[in-house]
Amino acid sequence: MKSWNKNFKSNCITYGIVIAAFLAVSALESTGNLSSLLKGLLVPLCVYVILAVSLNLVVGISGELSLGHAGFMCVGAFASAFFSKAALGAIPNDGLRFFLAILIGAAFAAVFGVLIGIPVLRLRGDYLAIVTLAFGEIIKNVINTFYIGMDSKGFHFSMKDQFSMGMEPTGTMLLSGPQGITGIPKNSTFFIGILLVLVTLFIVLNLIDSRDGRAIKAIRDNRIAAESVGINITKYKLMAFTVSAALAGVAGALYSHNLATLQASKFNFNTSILALVFVVLGGIGNIRGSVIAAVVLTALPELLRSLSDYRMLIYSIVLIAMMLFNWAPRALEWRERYLGRFFKKSVKEGK
Amino acid sequence: MKKLIRFASIACASAMLFSTTAFAEGETFKIGSIGPMTGAAATYGNAVMNAIQLAVDEVNEAGGVNGAMLEFNPQDDENDAEKSVNAYNTLKDWGMQMLLGTVTSAPCIAVSAEAANDNMFLLTPSGSAVECIAAGDNAFRVCFSDPDQGTASAKYIGENKLAEKVAVIYDSSDVYSAGIYATFQAEAANQPFEIVAAEAFTADSKTDFSVQLQKAKDAGADLVYMPIYYNEASLILTQADAMGFAPKWFGVDGMDGILTVEGFDTALAEGLMLLTPFSADAQDDLTKNFVTKYEELYGEEPIQFAADAYDGVYIIKAALEKAGATPDMDASALCDALKAAMTEITVDGLTGAGMTWDETREPSKEPKAVVIQDGVYVGM
Amino acid sequence: MSFLSYLINGLSLGSVYAIIALGYTMVYGIAKMLNFAHGDVIMVGGYAALTMMLATGTNPLIAVVVAIVVCTVLGVVIERIAYRPLREAASPLAVLITAIGVSYFLQNIVLLIFGSSPKNFQSVVLLPDLKLAGGALIITGEAIVTIISCIVIMIVLTAFINKTKAGQAMLAVSEDKGAARLMGINVDRTIALTFAIGSGLAALAGVLLCSAYPSLSPYTGSMPGIKAFVAAVFGGIGSIPGAMVGGILLGIIEILGKAYISSQLADAIVFAVLIVVLLVKPTGLFGKKIQEKV
Repeated sequence: MKSWNKNFKSNCITYGIVIAAFLAVSALESTGNLSSLLKGLLVPLCVYVILAVSLNLVVGISGELSLGHAGFMCVGAFASAFFSKAALGAIPNDGLRFFLAILIGAAFAAVFGVLIGIPVLRLRGDYLAIVTLAFGEIIKNVINTFYIGMDSKGFHFSMKDQFSMGMEPTGTMLLSGPQGITGIPKNSTFFIGILLVLVTLFIVLNLIDSRDGRAIKAIRDNRIAAESVGINITKYKLMAFTVSAALAGVAGALYSHNLATLQASKFNFNTSILALVFVVLGGIGNIRGSVIAAVVLTALPELLRSLSDYRMLIYSIVLIAMMLFNWAPRALEWRERYLGRFFKKSVKEGK
Repeated sequence: MKKLIRFASIACASAMLFSTTAFAEGETFKIGSIGPMTGAAATYGNAVMNAIQLAVDEVNEAGGVNGAMLEFNPQDDENDAEKSVNAYNTLKDWGMQMLLGTVTSAPCIAVSAEAANDNMFLLTPSGSAVECIAAGDNAFRVCFSDPDQGTASAKYIGENKLAEKVAVIYDSSDVYSAGIYATFQAEAANQPFEIVAAEAFTADSKTDFSVQLQKAKDAGADLVYMPIYYNEASLILTQADAMGFAPKWFGVDGMDGILTVEGFDTALAEGLMLLTPFSADAQDDLTKNFVTKYEELYGEEPIQFAADAYDGVYIIKAALEKAGATPDMDASALCDALKAAMTEITVDGLTGAGMTWDETREPSKEPKAVVIQDGVYVGM
Repeated sequence: MSFLSYLINGLSLGSVYAIIALGYTMVYGIAKMLNFAHGDVIMVGGYAALTMMLATGTNPLIAVVVAIVVCTVLGVVIERIAYRPLREAASPLAVLITAIGVSYFLQNIVLLIFGSSPKNFQSVVLLPDLKLAGGALIITGEAIVTIISCIVIMIVLTAFINKTKAGQAMLAVSEDKGAARLMGINVDRTIALTFAIGSGLAALAGVLLCSAYPSLSPYTGSMPGIKAFVAAVFGGIGSIPGAMVGGILLGIIEILGKAYISSQLADAIVFAVLIVVLLVKPTGLFGKKIQEKV
């Protein structure tokens, strides 16, 4: 019971940070003190927070290294954007349409999570990682070849080019291969973003503290012991993987409704890696850490803009330095000795 | 986790230290530009930024525009739509009044939607997708659009009877390349030649083109159309030479620059035809002046992106003069003035003489066909 | 006939993947880390060789030697600064992320020094192309040299690991660092040596990659790096013959997929084959079985 209380307190702090950040930003915005850059960054920050938290569920809680998380985001982004564009006339209410789009994004990503999870979770360690990478790349490549159009007769589909679909000249292209989807309604707002962040946190934190979550962590810590006490390994691993994929789909939906254009090439290996960087830097298994790391690392390159040519170089050096500072045993020792007074050493979950 | 916050605050503080404000508000025209300065497409963004800086310095040396200096701020977007919007917002915070960007198509579509909302004047030097300027009437273009290029290429090949069997090699992961291919294919249906092979490659596998070339060869193509950038084209030409495949080659404006690739054997590009508005070897004074200065400053020959960007600065200058604009106007007022002025000006630039714009906001210029002979462009 | 031609092209492409994968798998086998910066070390090797050839007009062979020296030193320095402090970190993922940081760093420093425009690389291979069947089949000199280098490196590496003291030390470290230390092996030095060899191989791979596909930019190494990583996993990561076989198979699958299925989906096909192979043989073609401790 005591540990439950401790968790509850910690979770409340996490929610509190998000809500406080929202209130602070809203206050700044209403007084006109928010720069355009920060205003534009608000939705992407929510996107990456959701992405990082969802990946942490797989990497930190379930203990599997996934290098293809951008693939699920891609599925969510395309499914939701496609729906929004197709239903633009049918559902004129922005709020309702976007709500449905998010659900569709999450559902599609979840389906892919199950489909990919079943074969992938049979593997271990780095082999599992490479297969997730492979699936991520396959999703990106396949979407790049899709052409879907709509005319009075309904939908037309081709994997070659837009002329082989035999569409009426008055029809509209919804998805045109590498050019992706353009003209997606801009429905994402910071308020919706924060709501989705809170929902994500609620789902993930509750899952972690639930009976299911304890089973998942037991599998991570010792598979054989967990199996021997009757935990269904496949079921629980798949559960974590699917929930994580669905949440990545939500991040994708939020992302795609923030920009007027969407291309599959965005969801490449580098985006998957970026999400992994958030998770590791914030502390594997530490949800609050993921939130903060995603915010800091997304904002950092933008705040370094005044360094012009040296921007990405400095970014890479800061990244290496932060990793050494946060993870190297020597640095941790040093921190404890000299800075221990200022803040308690955060207890790292995971291995 | 507090240390992360500490890091962030240090980063913020250092970022603020570096930012400079040289001019007071309202004394200069503030032009922003956005393009990939890092990442795989960096070479295009850097060419644009270099050329804009060069042109801005030239204009300022000659006394500025309407008595005011131009101020230029380049921002990196890594060829990513999301980062491009961030860059756009950074420029807004800086006080940008006009945007000469963005460089690449996909980010340009995202930014032009934002710019349309803000009523910010946008002139893209090289964003060629149709949607780049479709979001509002505030956006204009310097280069050709994808349909222009694809249709013009197909017509040129058909009308001049250059070939009966055409193969296409294009980058299916690139908006520009796939866009031109789509329109080329549409127009090809009306032309007296046949597309016998259409082979794609992607950004993830663009080193080996042997299969695409083999298929083109097996299909008996006598002309290969390459709506791609010069870097991949140089590899294709090298590999085709190695396998003894020597059809006619036909390219688009992205091909310009192939002769400047350091160490490239220009003999391989012999006979390559391309539709381009600009060639660095042209002998007119404007081009010679630009190329000499560019080489002096940046140590390499300018590519077509640079020429479009250089023209962009002079187009903005002409429009500002026509509108009688002053630097104290805000971005939206300036945009309204420039929108009207754009349709009235005529600009002689590197990429075309007597360029004008009508309500479609596309430039009225015809692509010139050139052929590479003895390592230089020759008009056809 | 065109099938044979595709096969030969696949072999050429595969040999480049194989030579990169050898360095990858070597570092993984000993240090147990995925060195995502490996592809960028390859790129640095390419630039080092190109600079030597353009600036001083030296003999290509000397340029290759210089590139190997530069990358060997670079590899050791990276290991010392960025990887060694994290070797005892609480999670093996920490060093993976640092490797990504190193990868960004190398790309951007080269971008600043050499600029973003691609450079055309002069081939260092002086061997003429081999023409078979009256010129219908062509095996390029670069492909021949790459394949021979691959085989030589594979044999030398295997002999080095099995026959020399340093090689045995590497094996011991890869099995169990703690026990190796107890046996008097200097673990730090052994891992540094691994990085030195791995990075030297990367330089050679870089030069051969750029000779076969003569275009060099700061991002040249990243995609071949990932492909080589896939090849290494394909063959069973940590296995030296596996890396070679994996690389060549990957090249052939990529080319045949492009030729007979779809040129747009070539990468998807490669990854799909990889998934199937791993589902049938979960530790790759030549991989060791993972021992599970209870």
